[in-house]
Amino acid sequence: MTVSARHLRGFLPALSLALVLAAIAWLNPRAISYFGFNLMLSLALPIALATVAQMFVIAGGELDLSIGSFISFCGCVVATWLDQAPLTGVAILLAGILVYAGVGALIHLRNLPSIVVTLGMSFVWQGLAILVLPQPGGTAPDWLQSLMSLKPPFVPLPVVGAVLLALVCHLLLMRTGYGAVLRGSGGNATAVARAGWSLLKVKMTLFALAGLFGVLSSLALIGITTSADPNIGSNYSLLSIAGVILGGGEFVGGIVSPAGAVIGALTLTLAASPLLTFMHIPPDWQIGANGALLILVLAARARFSRPEAA
Amino acid sequence: MIEALRARPWTWSFVGAAGAFAATVAVLHGHGAAGIATAALALAVFMILAGVGQMFVITLGPGNIDLSLAANIGLAGAVSMTVMNGNDAGIGPGLAAAVGCGIVIGAANYLLIWLLRIPPIIATLSSSFIIQSVDIAYGRGLQIKPPTAFADFTSLQMAGVPLLAILTVLFTAGAAILLRRTIYGRSVLATGQNARAARFAGVAVGRIRAITYMVCGALGGLDGAFLAGYFRGANVDIGNEYLLASIAVVVVGGTSVAGGEANLPGIWGASLFMVLLLTMLNTFGAGAGMRLLLTGLIIVAVIALAGGRKPAR
Repeated sequence: MTVSARHLRGFLPALSLALVLAAIAWLNPRAISYFGFNLMLSLALPIALATVAQMFVIAGGELDLSIGSFISFCGCVVATWLDQAPLTGVAILLAGILVYAGVGALIHLRNLPSIVVTLGMSFVWQGLAILVLPQPGGTAPDWLQSLMSLKPPFVPLPVVGAVLLALVCHLLLMRTGYGAVLRGSGGNATAVARAGWSLLKVKMTLFALAGLFGVLSSLALIGITTSADPNIGSNYSLLSIAGVILGGGEFVGGIVSPAGAVIGALTLTLAASPLLTFMHIPPDWQIGANGALLILVLAARARFSRPEAA
Repeated sequence: MIEALRARPWTWSFVGAAGAFAATVAVLHGHGAAGIATAALALAVFMILAGVGQMFVITLGPGNIDLSLAANIGLAGAVSMTVMNGNDAGIGPGLAAAVGCGIVIGAANYLLIWLLRIPPIIATLSSSFIIQSVDIAYGRGLQIKPPTAFADFTSLQMAGVPLLAILTVLFTAGAAILLRRTIYGRSVLATGQNARAARFAGVAVGRIRAITYMVCGALGGLDGAFLAGYFRGANVDIGNEYLLASIAVVVVGGTSVAGGEANLPGIWGASLFMVLLLTMLNTFGAGAGMRLLLTGLIIVAVIALAGGRKPAR
């Protein structure tokens, strides 16, 4: 009984995505096409990358409230420095990843609550974004624009990207030895430390990975929008947390799933905008639909999971 | 001296507030010092109301946090303006409606946490998404001005001290007594220190949590109504800056993020510090980017100096 319940739970992310897709297909069959998916999922890749970034932090039992403004900052750098002075641009983005690793080190060394530190950092990144690009503008580098508007045969780019992303992260985190150590730090940090691993290095690696995927998310985002704005990623902090949780992740215990996180991000993207449009619900309710979806999935999960001792 | 400061990290916030005030006044050669103090007190009040609500929730223990505060403030502001409808007679019902709206949101938050057994951060996050949508759909284009008497009340001053600030001093003193001297307050602290032990000691942990989320919701609602009065009308984004600010003042003010330890004077110090810091940076001619950057760096520095939770068992 418990085994089947746990199986059901594991399939929940895929099931929710399938349900949303089925609803879209029923409401508007023409949307299920190469062109339809390209359009509906146009913003899916940056959201999926941001969700994966958040997932690395959550795997270590922490939370990152600054990923959204970090993506805003990187986006502003991509649309200005990376376009005009590529070497400086690359250096700034790398420095951003280093700062992320530094935040991980600070949280570990001073034993600080990650929510508060990353909350402070979200002000820092937002401020830097405004300093780099006070007004919306800038241009994405040409190579980035053409990369993001690629039209691979048969399968639209967002789908190819999502599958690749899920595959790479799955191999990295679930199939390597050090991946197990990384997840272990969220499950039982003491055990990981006793086994001889440096928790400092683990935390720095997790945060650096989050920074790296944050940079990738901003690249994808700016490649699509072709210009930046200092608030461009402001929704991503909360959306990425929602995506990880929709994808079957847990806040404690280092329980995360890269494939689930990507599926969660796709579900959020589809349910928020295309589904509502086809149901003739005004865009005012987009954010609310995300909330309702989150509650529905969590309710289903509570139904399938065994009652835990409170 | 240093040790005393380290033991009471919130004293930093008062020192910082005084420093920022002194620097601002020095740059202005003493002109307008009284005006700056008045404005800072008036703006700090809104941060304090949200901060006290957040403090009670955070004190409940690890993981407890209310992310729906900003959306709550926005919706309650719109609700209060609609109910008041510009009439002085509607002030009472309008305030009651705002507080009621907040209490319902708090109750809904706790219901989600309890029914779905999900972490409060996710429960309040999902509910904030929904509240935000309700507010956008309901409050868009809402251009009801507050009744004159209410707007005057929110900006009334007595000898340069805003009336709301005086009331807020009384309110925070009351909240401190509530926390330290009543069964409810002691139960909140006990739950935050060790929920299991509190339950064995006979504390109705579930009920205490439910009440606390509703208290936080009510304070958010009240804050929304006052903000709408002070800024002469509600808008959807009115509460946005108060989500992060409420968490920041709680933590900078020396309340433990791990729960079980609260500090009310610290909320005053931290709120004044944040407001005066922004005033100072404005006076120095710093742009929005520099202001955010420095605010963030200071939050991180204060947290890092104060140190974190004790090592896990």
